[in-house]
Amino acid sequence: MTSPVCDQESALSAPERVQRKAGLRIKTYAMILLMVILNPVSNILLKKGMDRTGAMASWAPSDVFHFFFRAFTTGYIWLGIGCLLAFFVAYLLVLSWADYSFVQPSSALANGLTALLAYLLLHEFITPLRWGGILLICAGVFVVGHTHPQTTEQN
Amino acid sequence: MLTGFIFYVLIIFAGTGGELCVSRAMKSIGEVTDFRPHSIGRVIIRALKVPWMWIGVGMMAVGFFSLLGMLSVANVSFVFPATALSYGVGALGGKLFLGEQVTPQRWAGVLLVAIGVALVVIGKG
Repeated sequence: MTSPVCDQESALSAPERVQRKAGLRIKTYAMILLMVILNPVSNILLKKGMDRTGAMASWAPSDVFHFFFRAFTTGYIWLGIGCLLAFFVAYLLVLSWADYSFVQPSSALANGLTALLAYLLLHEFITPLRWGGILLICAGVFVVGHTHPQTTEQN
Repeated sequence: MLTGFIFYVLIIFAGTGGELCVSRAMKSIGEVTDFRPHSIGRVIIRALKVPWMWIGVGMMAVGFFSLLGMLSVANVSFVFPATALSYGVGALGGKLFLGEQVTPQRWAGVLLVAIGVALVVIGKG
C-alpha cells in the first residue's frame, strides 16, 4: 500500500496508462462532486427540519421526548439523514482508490456550497470575509485538484 | 483552559486520525469499480470486517464528542476556525500513515483550503 503507484502502472502500456489515469480522475471528481452536493443539502434539510420542529421547551424528560418525537416525525429530518448516509457511502467509496490528502481538502468545497445555499435558499446574509473564504477554498481545491488523486498502490 | 486544550487536541488528532484509519481500511479493500447497489452493499460489509474501520469510527466518535465538549467551554467563532488545522494534520497523516505522496503543490492547496475554511467560519456574521 505504501509503494508509489508508478510501480504498478509501469506494467501497463502507455495508452492504457493514459486511459487509466483519465478514468480515475473522472471517477474521483464525480464522487467528490456527489459528496460536495450531498453534505450541504443534508445540512439545509436538517436545518429546515429543525426549524419546523421548534426549540425544546425545557430539559424535562417529557419535553425532551416530545422534541425528538417532533424531530423524527418531520420529513425533512429523514431526508437530511438519508443524504448524510449517502454522503458517507460516497466518502467510503472514494477513499478506496483516492488519497485521503486529496479527498479531505477537495471535499471542503462543501463549506462554500453550504454558505451559497444558505444565501440562496435560507436568505442568510454572507459577509465579505465569508465570500473571501469561499474564494480561497475554491482556489485551494483547484490547486489540489491538479495533483494526481492516487499516489499509493491499490490491493 | 486545560480542559479546552485537551478537547482541542482530541478534535484534531482523534477526528483526523479516525478518518485516516477509515481511509486505511478502504484502501485495504481495494479500488471499488462496480457501483451497483448490491455491490456497494457488499463493499460496506467487507469494510466493516476490517479492524481499522472500527478503530477509525471509534476515533471519529471521540473527535465528535470532543467537539461538543469544546463548544461547551469555548466560543463557536474560535472552535471551528481552529479546527481548520485538521487539513494540515490530514495531509501529514496521509504522508506518514498512508504513504501518500504529498507534493508541495498539494501542501499549497491544503494551506489555501485551511485558511478559506477558517475565514468562512469567522465571517459567519
